[in-house]
Amino acid sequence: MSELVAVPVLLPLAAAGLSMAFGRFADVQRLLGLLVLGVIVVDAAVLLYFADVHGPLVLHLGGWAAPVGIALVADRLAALLLLISVIVMFAVLLYSIGQRITDYGRGTASTTFHPIYLVLCSGVSLAYLTGDLFNLFVAFEIMLASSYVLINRRTTASRVRAGMTYTIVSLSSSVLFLTMIGLVYAATGTVNLADLALEMGQLPPAPVRALALLMVIVFGVKSAMVPLHFWLPDSYPNAPAPITAILAALLTKVGIYAMIRTQILVFEREPSWPLMLTLAMATMIVGALGALAQNDLNRMLSFLLVSHIGFMLFGLGVYDIAGLTGVILYIVHHITVQATLFLVSGLITRYTGTVALSRMGGLAKISPLVAVLFAVPALSLAGVPPFSGFVAKLALLRSGIGVGTVWGYVATGVVVLTSLLTLYAVARVWSRAFWGQVRDPEGDPDPTDELVVGTGDTSPGMVRATGVLVLSTVLVAALAGPLAEVSRRAATDLITGEAYRTAVLGGDSGG
Amino acid sequence: MNTVNLTMAIVLGGLYATGFYLLLQRSLMRVLLGIVILGHGANLLLQLAGGSQAGRPPMLGDAPIERMADPLPQAMALTAIVITFALTTFLLALAYRAWQLLGHDEVQDDVEDRRIRRLEAELAEADEETERELDSEATR
Amino acid sequence: MTDSRASDGQGEAAEGAWFHSDAPAERWLLSGYSRDPRERTILLELVARVVFPTVIVFSVYLLFAGHYRSGGGFSGGLVAGQAFVLRYLAGGRLDDSSTVSMRPPVLIGIGLTTAVLTGLVPVLFGGVVLESASFTFAVPLLGKIKVVSSLFLDIGVYLLILGVVLDLLRTLGSGIEADIAAPGGGPR
Repeated sequence: MSELVAVPVLLPLAAAGLSMAFGRFADVQRLLGLLVLGVIVVDAAVLLYFADVHGPLVLHLGGWAAPVGIALVADRLAALLLLISVIVMFAVLLYSIGQRITDYGRGTASTTFHPIYLVLCSGVSLAYLTGDLFNLFVAFEIMLASSYVLINRRTTASRVRAGMTYTIVSLSSSVLFLTMIGLVYAATGTVNLADLALEMGQLPPAPVRALALLMVIVFGVKSAMVPLHFWLPDSYPNAPAPITAILAALLTKVGIYAMIRTQILVFEREPSWPLMLTLAMATMIVGALGALAQNDLNRMLSFLLVSHIGFMLFGLGVYDIAGLTGVILYIVHHITVQATLFLVSGLITRYTGTVALSRMGGLAKISPLVAVLFAVPALSLAGVPPFSGFVAKLALLRSGIGVGTVWGYVATGVVVLTSLLTLYAVARVWSRAFWGQVRDPEGDPDPTDELVVGTGDTSPGMVRATGVLVLSTVLVAALAGPLAEVSRRAATDLITGEAYRTAVLGGDSGG
Repeated sequence: MNTVNLTMAIVLGGLYATGFYLLLQRSLMRVLLGIVILGHGANLLLQLAGGSQAGRPPMLGDAPIERMADPLPQAMALTAIVITFALTTFLLALAYRAWQLLGHDEVQDDVEDRRIRRLEAELAEADEETERELDSEATR
Repeated sequence: MTDSRASDGQGEAAEGAWFHSDAPAERWLLSGYSRDPRERTILLELVARVVFPTVIVFSVYLLFAGHYRSGGGFSGGLVAGQAFVLRYLAGGRLDDSSTVSMRPPVLIGIGLTTAVLTGLVPVLFGGVVLESASFTFAVPLLGKIKVVSSLFLDIGVYLLILGVVLDLLRTLGSGIEADIAAPGGGPR
């Protein structure tokens, strides 16, 4: 049974190898990618079911027991986020295959895209499932290395700058990560997360606080927490739509996941964490105001992404079961919604030929379908009932009120304010791009690069893939009840940490 | 808790300081060197995290067990070296690509920075104009 | 580009008979490479030709020694890659007639798949993922040989790393050379 935990990590890696070897057969690559991701969706669903019913599944690689060996752990939180991430990866792969076929015809293979995409999937899975700090580092490196390639692929003069910024910032944060691991190992003699929790309790408070802060910084860079967010709006918008969508949806969320996992499992803390609440408020406000100042649709969405990272940090700052339930719901909602919005932005630019909001207009007349595809996730992002964002935001607001301190009330107020600003930002997009005078598409500014825009058509494959994602955001709202229940149990697991520790260290290899 | 001896602490400090200094440079080649040096610093730190026996071979039979180095940090450093190696080659390729596309390998300003600077220039121009007007009015 | 440079070189060699008087014995030079005769360094090419098999054998030794001594797939692959780097430095970029006919991505792909599948095989025998077992064979003449199943993981890594180095030589080495040699090469 516990072998299933290794599947999401190893299967895509093996498939990436095959995909690379079959680099000249476009259809083989596409089928292989979809097949593997489909298998992992099923696998993740099974993992979630087992983790929910029987407790965390643990796999000790090579049979080496936990504190020394490498353990893969699938508890409720990891399995839930893995499931939703892989579903989004599947839909985005469909979209990008559709786009490729429309733009270049069916026969042209893209040697690197599919293998790298599968490697990215393996990295994301490893980040969710790993039970120790060092493999978390390795997972981040796998993810980031593939994202460097995806962002810088066939880069052009206008995009090479953005790619450089992204690569340098990520590399610096990776060095910090490595430094953090060195310090943690020097202080405790272990990198296993479950074991660390026990060892940290033995240390004097000063080094513990320093290590906690270092982890906040390291994962803060990865998750674009203000004031460490500068790289994000600068780099993501410049890649082709499906790549932006997948990186924006997953990479920052994995950063948040790592932040939650390490802070809550490893460190002891009383409920309500003022530092995190403050950072969350800064992130929400700076992101939302930044979004309002943008004329570029993709940059605006990137700033909104930063601002909504703040919501997740807010839930972590509340630091109790209610707050964490809110965060988990919010991550699930936001992964689907953010990916959808970037894909829709890709569809929009096919009709307009530009990302500048001031030069768009009349899209609702040109393509009512795209208008609907935009409206649902946009309203959901703003938190309008009955969409998924509303459910998640409600859970966060409730937990914020529950804190009971002045700072808690202030932060809750900021959450409400940011939601309104988000609504204003997406309404602005709506009135500029979808209403008004119908405009002819502008020509492709650089026909040589991979960003094909302004063709005035979309392929059924792209629209269908976006439709699948929109449906899944609606599903997240429809299944809000059971999802909230699972999230609540996952949050309880996190706070007590008992189930996780006994599963990893108890000597019982699970399943 | 493991502690570090003074020499190594100074070496580490030197590596990190040099690395971060180079990281803040404009040329991507220097940034690359900075990342490499920082990577060495981090790997050395990982080695030292293994305790007082760090640096000895962690091989069974080469030394009695209590005089053997902790193998875990060595394994971690090895992995980290492989990753740094891969990313260094990637950055090299990126620097070459940037040079090929742009004619230089300098890291350029942030988009927001450039927008703010443009705004500032416009504002300064407007200010100068009003001042000139005021001046001309005053002389009149 | 490759063809024109190669034929230029030959044309030049054929033109002046004096050129042949001190031409080196072909068999000591590398085959399948297309460096301009004016840029050839005989000594380096000779050393590369002599050292190349030795380095490859050493890399295979490292590959097999890896489980109990220092070495392993990664260092073996790197050493083998160095052999090709030496050949590249001595002989210039590889052209289509060279002895290595497999495209590097295929090598990387096969290596990666082999390594990962080795990790999954133990599950079929009721073991844990990435578990390793050792088998001892008695081979006539050679005596007892001990094979560890993780050797296949090492072989995968060896192929992967060799493929990566070859790909680097292709893209960062000869790719850049071709860019520079191309009309209007260098930065735009």
